[in-house]
Amino acid sequence: MNEKPEPLLRAEDIHISFGGLKALDGVSLEIYPGELMAIIGPNGAGKTTMLNILNGFYKPDKGRIIFEGKERPRHMKPNHVAAQGIARTFQNLALFTGMSVLGNIMIGRTMMMHSNLFSQALYWRFSQKEEIEHREAVEKIIDFLQIENIRKTPASMLPYGLRKRVELARALASEPKLLLLDEPMAGMNLEEKEDIARFVLDANEELGYTIALIEHDMGVVMDICDRIVVLDFGKKIAEGTPEEIKANPEVIRAYLGTAGG
Amino acid sequence: MADLPMTFPQILIHNAKKFPPTKAAIREKDYGIWQSYSWQDYLDQVRDFALGLAALGFKRDDKMAIIGDNRPQLYWGLAACQCLGGVPVPLYQDAIHKELHYIVDHSECRFALAEDQEQTDKLMHLKDEIPRLEYIIYDDPRGLRNYKHDWLIAFTDVQEMGRKFGKENPDYFMDSVNSVKPDDLSIIAYTSGTTGNPKGVMLTHRKIADCSRGFLAWDNLGENEEVMAYLPMAWIGDHIFSYGQALCAGFTVNCPESTATVAHDQKEIGPTHIFAPPRIWENILTQVMIKIEDSAWIKQKAFHYFMKVANRVEKRRISNQPVPLKDRILYQIGRFIIYAPLVDNLGMRKIKVAYTAGEAIGPEIFEFYRSLGINLKQLYGMTESSAYVSMQKDGDIDSETVGPPAPGVQVKISEKGEVLYKSPGNFLGYYKNPEATAETLEDGWLHSGDAGYMTERGHLKIIDRAKDVSKLKDGTMFAPKYIENKLKFSPFIKEAVAHGMDREYVAVFIDIDYGAVANWAERRHIAFTSYTDLAQKPQIYDLIYDEILRVNKSLSEDPKLKNSQIKRYLLLHKELNPDDGEITRTRKVRRRFIAEKYGKLIEALYTEGQESVHVEATFTYEDGRTTTMRANLRIRDVETY
Repeated sequence: MNEKPEPLLRAEDIHISFGGLKALDGVSLEIYPGELMAIIGPNGAGKTTMLNILNGFYKPDKGRIIFEGKERPRHMKPNHVAAQGIARTFQNLALFTGMSVLGNIMIGRTMMMHSNLFSQALYWRFSQKEEIEHREAVEKIIDFLQIENIRKTPASMLPYGLRKRVELARALASEPKLLLLDEPMAGMNLEEKEDIARFVLDANEELGYTIALIEHDMGVVMDICDRIVVLDFGKKIAEGTPEEIKANPEVIRAYLGTAGG
Repeated sequence: MADLPMTFPQILIHNAKKFPPTKAAIREKDYGIWQSYSWQDYLDQVRDFALGLAALGFKRDDKMAIIGDNRPQLYWGLAACQCLGGVPVPLYQDAIHKELHYIVDHSECRFALAEDQEQTDKLMHLKDEIPRLEYIIYDDPRGLRNYKHDWLIAFTDVQEMGRKFGKENPDYFMDSVNSVKPDDLSIIAYTSGTTGNPKGVMLTHRKIADCSRGFLAWDNLGENEEVMAYLPMAWIGDHIFSYGQALCAGFTVNCPESTATVAHDQKEIGPTHIFAPPRIWENILTQVMIKIEDSAWIKQKAFHYFMKVANRVEKRRISNQPVPLKDRILYQIGRFIIYAPLVDNLGMRKIKVAYTAGEAIGPEIFEFYRSLGINLKQLYGMTESSAYVSMQKDGDIDSETVGPPAPGVQVKISEKGEVLYKSPGNFLGYYKNPEATAETLEDGWLHSGDAGYMTERGHLKIIDRAKDVSKLKDGTMFAPKYIENKLKFSPFIKEAVAHGMDREYVAVFIDIDYGAVANWAERRHIAFTSYTDLAQKPQIYDLIYDEILRVNKSLSEDPKLKNSQIKRYLLLHKELNPDDGEITRTRKVRRRFIAEKYGKLIEALYTEGQESVHVEATFTYEDGRTTTMRANLRIRDVETY
C-alpha cells in the first residue's frame, strides 16, 4: 500500500450504538486526497452508519473526526459539514420529484450562491451573472454525465438508474472536497452498474474528486477502487488494495459466512 | 455557373469572404447552448487542421477514414482532407468490426478521424490488424486520458501543430488548395449494398457541387436555410445535404447535442429544409401515434376525425381537383386545433421543403405528412449518382412516383424494365473494383438495378429492385417492397419481408415495433417478458391481423395486384438487425440472406395446415458469449378480398 502523507479525512476509534446494538465498535479509517476508496461489508455491517457519521448526520458516542487537519466539533450540524465540502448521495433516492433534472442539479449549487432572495427575484445584474456562471457549471456536469436529453424532464418521470445519475450530478454540482456515495449501484442491472461505475471512475480520474463509496456488491468495487475498507459487525476486519482484500481469508469468511453474497 | 468555384476548398474560401461573421455556417449544441461558427471560423478550423495533417505527413491522394456522429469537427476534418488533395472516407458509426475492417483496409486509409472514445477504440483495434493505418485523431477526449500513444492525437493538438506549421510554411495551404482540381476525387462513399462486400463509390468535387447546386435551384433554396445534421455522415444523403448543399448555398447546418435530443433540438432550430430516409418519417409517425394513443379520449377522436379530413383534402390537392367548400372549412378548423400544433411540435413549422430519399416510402406515410401541410417530396437517387436522378416538383406531386428526371438527367428504361440514367452526378467507378464498375456503368448509362417505368405525366415510377420483382405461380406481378411498405405504414410493424416468387400466394414475415406494441400491450394489461414472448401473444397476432387486412383491402383495389394479397403471416422472434446481416445499415432487406437463414420458416408458410414452426437462434454477445433461444412461432391465415 502506498504511504500517503496527509489524509483528507480521518475517523478515529468511532463507537456508536443504537439501544443495545453496537453499530460501530472502534472503527478507524482514513480517506486520502484524490483517491477512490470503498467501504464494503455484508448487510448490517455498519456501512451506512459510518457514512452517516462521516457527513455529520449521526454523532458518534466516542471517537473523533478530523477533516483537513481540523477536528470536527462534537455537535456540528450536517449542513455545516456539507458547507465544509462533504457531499453525499443516498441509498434511497432523495431528489425533488416535481422538479426538473436541471433544477435538481442547480440545487446542488445553492450553497455557492451569494445573492439574496430579493435580488434573485428581480434578476438584477449580479444575480443574473451569478445564475449564468452556475448554469454553466451545471451544464458541464450534465455533459459529463450524458443526461442532456433529460435536462428538462421532471425527476419523477425518470427510471431508477437515471435518477441515481441525477443524484450523482447534484452531488458533483456542489464541487465537494469529499464525495460520499451510498450504494450508487444498488438495485441496478449489469449495464446500469457498468455505466455508473464508469461515471464514478471518470469523476475521480478526470475531474479529480476524492470519493468514498459504500457498496454491497463486491464485483464493481474491486474493479474501480484504489483502496477498500471492509466492515463486519461494526468492526473493521481488513483494509487494502482490491488484490489484498480478495485474498484476505477474514473477508471471505465474512461474506460467505453471513450474507452469502 | 462558369465563374462559381468548383472545388470544395475554394467554395469554402469563397464563403468565408462572402458572408459576414455574424452569419452562422455551422452550429453545435453544447452545454445546452447553440454555439455558432461563422464561415470564417469554419475556414480557420479547416485550415489549422489541414496544416496539422500536413505536418503529420498527409499527402495528396491519401485517404482519411471519418467515423462518428455529426460534429462540426468531423465536417471540418472532411474539408481539411479535401484541401490537401486527399480523399475522405466516411464510415457508418454503428458498423461492426468486420465491415470497418474491410473498408479501412480496402480504401488504404493512412489517417482516421474519430468522434470519441467509442469510435477510437474500434479504430485502435483495427490499427493492430492494418499496419497501413498510421494516425488516429479524436475529437472528444473524454475517457481517453489513459491512452498514451504517439499515433493517437487530439483534434485540437493537430490544429496546434497546424498553426505552427502554417507559420513556417505560409503559402502551403493556398498552394495545396489551388492544386486541387474540380475533377479530383472528393469522397469515396462506401455503399453496403444488399449483396457482397461494400463497394467504394468514387465521386468528384465537380459532381457533388453540380448536383448540390441542382437541388438548390430546383427548390429555390438559398443561404438562409437551416438544416439539422443527424443522419450518418457515411450516407450520401447527408454528404450532399449537410456538406455539398450547405457549402454551395452557404446555409446553416445544426448538429444536435446527442442522438437522444434530435427531436428537441429540431424544435428549437425550426429547420427550413429536411432530407431524410423513409425510416425517419416512419419513426416520427410511430411516435405521434403512440402519443395519440396515450392522450385523452376526446383528443383521439378529434385527431382521427381531422386526419381523415386532411387526407381527403390532400388527395384532391395532389390530383389538382377542387376541394369542396365543406372540406375547406373543416380543414381550416383542423389546422387550428390539430395540424398546426402537431407540426409545430415536430419542429417542422418553418419547413419549405422536405425530402424522403434512399428507399421507397409507403404512400400512406407520405400522404400523412403532406396532408398536415408539410411539403414532403420524394427524391430518387443513389450513391452512384450523387443522389441526383429525379425528384418531385412543387404542384406536381404524386404519392406513387418519384417525380420527373432532374435537370441535366436523362432516364431510359431498358428492355428488361430496368431504370438507366445519365446524371451529372454519375460516379467515376467503384474504387479498386473495375468488374463491378463495368457491370454498373455502360457508355455513361448507369444501371440502377431498379425496375420502373415512366408514367403518362412524365414521372419516374420505381417498382422495386429489378432482381426482386418477380411473378407468382399464376403470373401475377409480385413486388415485395411495395407490399412491405404498405405494411410498414402501421405503427406496430417495424419491418416486413414478403415472399411469393414462384409461389401460389404471398406470405410475410413481420417484425413488430417493440416500443409501439409494448405500449399497446401495457394499456391492455397483457403481460409479457421479452420481444419474442410479446410477438407470440395471440392478441398481438390479432392486432397485426387487422393491419394485414387493411393492406389486403388496399391491394384488392388495384386489379394488377389483386392476386398478390397476403394469405399467411408469422411474427418473427427477433428484430431484423444489420449486425446479423439481415438488413443493410440503411435498412434495406437482404432477401437472399434471409431466404437462406430462414428457409425453414418460409417453407412452413407454404405448408398447408402447418400452424407453428420451431426456431432455434444463437446470439453472440459483444463479449463473445453465446446463448441459444428456442421458440415456437405461430402461423396464421388471413382473409383476402
